Amino acid sequence: MRKFHRTLLGTLFAALAFGASTAHADALEDISKAGVLKVAVPQDFPPFGSVGPDMKPRGLDIDTAQLLADKLAVKLELTPVNSTNRIPFLTTGKVDLVISSLGKNPEREAVIDFSAAYAPFYLGVFGPEDAAIASLDDLNGKTISVTRGSIEDIELSNVAPKGATIKRFEDNNSTIAAYLSGQVELIASGNVVMVAISERNPKRVPSMKIKLKDSPVYVGVNKSQAALLDKVNAIIADAKTDGSLDALSQKWLKQPLPAGL
Amino acid sequence: MAYQFDFAAVLQHSDLLLQGAAFTLGLTAIGTLLGVGLGIVGAILRAWRIRPFDRIFGVYVELIRNTPFIVQLFFIFFGLPSLGVRLSEWEAAILAMVINLGAYSTEIIRAGIQAIPHGQLEAASALAMSRFETFRHVVLRPALGKVWPALSSQIIIVMLGSAVCSQISTEELSFAANFIQSRNFRAFETYLLTTALYLIMAIGIRQLLAWVGRRLIMGAR
Repeated sequence: MRKFHRTLLGTLFAALAFGASTAHADALEDISKAGVLKVAVPQDFPPFGSVGPDMKPRGLDIDTAQLLADKLAVKLELTPVNSTNRIPFLTTGKVDLVISSLGKNPEREAVIDFSAAYAPFYLGVFGPEDAAIASLDDLNGKTISVTRGSIEDIELSNVAPKGATIKRFEDNNSTIAAYLSGQVELIASGNVVMVAISERNPKRVPSMKIKLKDSPVYVGVNKSQAALLDKVNAIIADAKTDGSLDALSQKWLKQPLPAGL
Repeated sequence: MAYQFDFAAVLQHSDLLLQGAAFTLGLTAIGTLLGVGLGIVGAILRAWRIRPFDRIFGVYVELIRNTPFIVQLFFIFFGLPSLGVRLSEWEAAILAMVINLGAYSTEIIRAGIQAIPHGQLEAASALAMSRFETFRHVVLRPALGKVWPALSSQIIIVMLGSAVCSQISTEELSFAANFIQSRNFRAFETYLLTTALYLIMAIGIRQLLAWVGRRLIMGAR
């Protein structure tokens, strides 16, 4: 029995090594040769990626993948992934790129490489267009709804002035309901949540007042694929200059691409 | 398997817990006074069939007793602002508790009033008691005395049910517990202490109500 296990493990490692070695060939050349760019995209995280009414994936990440495929002059092949399996799909060579609202952190940087950022993702304090909130001090005397225990709750609790009233709710829906019903003046959440609000209730579209935490999203590329990474970065840089990334941001995130991205 | 208890992580927030407990008691006190008051009015209107108010209270009782408390609370806090009525989380919590207890206590006290033998009222009128004296000594006190245990239980239920008010950011005991738990992730210790606090408060309120019942309602010297 033990011997069988060892054989099984051996086979598994061999398969892994094989998978890794194919991934370590020159990926850019392989993509051009095959004429297909394989990209892992989210399917359950609007507006970055979701399934549209026509059952086809759509969203900012899908459009970004299409942009890259067009610039590489190859066909696009999408693989739907979730937040837990998106990096394994890349490292095992099942896809060439991960464009799946992927944020950067040291643990991930140890496993894969990241391109330049292609879209903003941040937590902040949002409020009505005409609310004059320029600095943290302006939060004095204001009531802000936030989802209890979330990252934005911790960040806001650390920086909010004494005079600000933070009302903590159990889940995102209550936090949003408190803002939309006028029970609070401001709401602390992510920019993605704001898009969802503006789609459902365009009357009280929240605009960004104070940024709490910045975590833009990047294209994930396998390690030691310098040629592919450079190419992706060049395409992203071009797309930033010619305004096509800004157009995607306007379309899906309802806001211009931040200048410093 | 051995769990490492760390009560210090919770006790450093003990001021929040105690403040939350105080707010829960405050909510309960105001909710009980107004709710039982509403219940007495409703019970009389229903028991004596004073039209059209008995019908109105009938609809009210059925409406409240057949819908969940959390839905009533959300309706008041998140729903009413659409009609221009914006209540703070405390006002909404108290209003929801009063409305809820009012409906239940209407039915509890009505049972007490209807259990009073008709002859007792005739005796009062034979003794030339005024309507107010009759109401106070012959109707209300005996009625409350009969249903006091049931009413006490309902008040405890409302106190425990006020935990739900944490959902609209009312900073009572459950809110404090959830808040502490979201900061130190010591769920076991936090809720253990919170449970103990609720238990102590419930037993305390029961004792207090029993004493009030003996002294004021039954008239024991």
